[in-house]
Amino acid sequence: MDIDIFSVKPVILWTDIMIWLLVISASAFLLMLRQNPEARAQWRQVFSSRLGMVTFVIILSYIALALVDSLHFRKALPPVEGQNSSTVYYSNTVHSVLDLALGEMGELKERSYSAPLSLKSFTKENMIDASGEPYRDYPDLQHAGSHLNDPADYNTDLLLQSATGMGKGLIVGLILCTLLKMSTRRSTFPWGAAMATILVIAMVLGWLIHMGNLYHVLGTDRAGNDALYASIKGIRTGVLIGTLATLIMMPIAITLGIFAGYFRGWVDDVVQYLYTTLSSIPGILLIAAAILQFQVFIDLNPGYFEVGLEKADARFLGLCFILGITSWAGLCRLLRAETLKISQLPYVQAAHAFGVSHIRVISRHILPNVMHIILITFVLDFSGLILAEAVLSYIGVGVDSTMPSWGNMINLARSELSQDPVVWWNLIGAFFFMFTLVLSANLFSDLVNDAFNPKNRQERAV
Amino acid sequence: MFAYIIRRLLYAIPILIGVNLITFFLFFVVNSPGDVARAHLGEKYVTQDAIDNWVQEKGYHYPLMFNGEAEGLAKATDTIFFQKSLKLFTFDFGQADDGRNISSDVLTRMGPSLALAVPSFIIGIWVNICVALVVVMFRGTRLDKAAIALLVSLMSISGLFYIIGGQYIVATLWRLVPISGFEPGPMAWKFLILPIIIGVVSGIGLGARWYRTLFLESADQDFARTARAKGVSELGVLFRHVLPNALLPILTGIVVVIPSLFMGSLLMEAFFGIPGLGSYMLDAIRAQDFAIVRTMVFVGSVLYIIGLILTDISYTIADPRVRLN
Repeated sequence: MDIDIFSVKPVILWTDIMIWLLVISASAFLLMLRQNPEARAQWRQVFSSRLGMVTFVIILSYIALALVDSLHFRKALPPVEGQNSSTVYYSNTVHSVLDLALGEMGELKERSYSAPLSLKSFTKENMIDASGEPYRDYPDLQHAGSHLNDPADYNTDLLLQSATGMGKGLIVGLILCTLLKMSTRRSTFPWGAAMATILVIAMVLGWLIHMGNLYHVLGTDRAGNDALYASIKGIRTGVLIGTLATLIMMPIAITLGIFAGYFRGWVDDVVQYLYTTLSSIPGILLIAAAILQFQVFIDLNPGYFEVGLEKADARFLGLCFILGITSWAGLCRLLRAETLKISQLPYVQAAHAFGVSHIRVISRHILPNVMHIILITFVLDFSGLILAEAVLSYIGVGVDSTMPSWGNMINLARSELSQDPVVWWNLIGAFFFMFTLVLSANLFSDLVNDAFNPKNRQERAV
Repeated sequence: MFAYIIRRLLYAIPILIGVNLITFFLFFVVNSPGDVARAHLGEKYVTQDAIDNWVQEKGYHYPLMFNGEAEGLAKATDTIFFQKSLKLFTFDFGQADDGRNISSDVLTRMGPSLALAVPSFIIGIWVNICVALVVVMFRGTRLDKAAIALLVSLMSISGLFYIIGGQYIVATLWRLVPISGFEPGPMAWKFLILPIIIGVVSGIGLGARWYRTLFLESADQDFARTARAKGVSELGVLFRHVLPNALLPILTGIVVVIPSLFMGSLLMEAFFGIPGLGSYMLDAIRAQDFAIVRTMVFVGSVLYIIGLILTDISYTIADPRVRLN
């Protein structure tokens, strides 16, 4: 895929904007926390364990892939003969920067199923041999191993190309490790664990990308699409749903929770009524109803969307929003209870006595003291939301069916295990990528919870 | 306590009205019934007549909140809000979009749902508590760490994989039970045993880990130490002293979902072809039958509120110190 930098038109999706904004504000938030000695000690506790380092590096690489996949553009079409060359038409397919890094992996389409690293199709077809006689055999794949001169070289080529791919990854990994080493010379954190993780990830990625351009490393699905490519593209959906859904609900939950606990009286009654009502509706039905209605709206108003991807993106944003609404009540309840407690403390009373305004008391005395609850909720919800996406996509009220996601992969592959011979690679692809991320997120969130939850800290002190 | 229950029931009414308003907004204000009809009948090649017909047939032709053309009380009753939303309070669910009676569907499908949900629920809690207590017994050792790692790994696997994998291994490879289907009566166990096992296994990771943290809080407290000093065995300490003391937080988590067991499990019923309310909802969602979805939202909310009240009552039974007022 060669590309001329001047012949692309950027496509800016709403979710792209939001995830980049999130990254920027999260970095600002972390910089702010650096000034707080207590928070620094807590983060130090998280990262002084090897497990914390390893899981953080894994999560970070998922987020990096998702970010690279959130820079979209459309390529210019080559001018047609006899057409006015001053107007440029752009392709209707949207690519991302990640597609450039993956090379041709996404464009190597076969006709149907093929097993991982296979040279032949998975099903027999009628073919005609050189002499015109029809026969039935497994046809060669169009894009797997097409660089081989002789199929007998297959085994040696696999080894050779694997070594090349891992070698490339290793070089990149070593460069990253050297940079890391240079910038962390005198620190006491377990950087060795981080470097080992970086090397492993770099080698795996190098192998996957190199081999993915020569073979179908995870095979192909029923429509002949590369399963590895689909799994990698699913990363963006997973990471975004895990972060944006919580992010969207946070301002509402924080404002209402703190207001209810601080002002009490009728404000408290209203907020409690709101979250009891919302949480009494079964979550899955509320999501289903909202998404179905939103889809009707999208379908009836095609004018708002220039390319198909924007429709899928609008639905995705709607999904994040409604997921946020359904999980909003929990955080709001926690914040209300904590604010009730804090606003009784002497320093808040003293602030009142000095005539400090409500806004200032909330922002200076209450908000900083409930920050740990917000952080813990954000980290704990992340993995649950990724798992929820898979279930919702299976039910048909998750992300758009054209959007690459692990839920959609599982949904397409759900009956493949009952086929004979069994097709297992599509499920394995989604399983592997999803499990690694969710497991890392769960382990990491445990460490964050241990470090930041005051209840745990007291237990340790005893 | 009686007065308390009455008050809680009265408090439930504004909540249910709120639920009603939310569903009303979602189903009739976001998109007009005409829009829904257009989406149902196909977007482009549909005449206005066909849309009007569909709307009329389903009874969506009234104005939303206020009918200016009607006389007297009918100004309020001949509206979509009254006909479709408020009537839910009388448990008059009306008809699905395909013309079937929702109330009778709900009643016939409740049985299979309960047959699957109740055993999964009870066995699940029992297994989770036992696993958690065994892990707590080995607290502070390597075994404890290994067990936690295993539990976290188990909870990191999507429920879909448990179902797909379990169905493949037990039903397709080993051919021990039928892959899916249902048969009323005593032979139903053949179809139910696999989903129950999968339901229990897929819940162990999250459940046992949660119970473990609860038990850890009381495992080394004074009363547990006294019991050990008296010579009570470790198992006895855990089951006789630690478990009852952790009962309140356990009840908080489980009593609230008991009424909701009626709703069945969406995924299990769909994968195993069990004709319960879960698959009923899934079919309705896939067919975009909004009448059924609306009804189930209402039923689900009622069951949840009953669950909240039951939780409070269960506190007074589990802990005599708790007084409701």
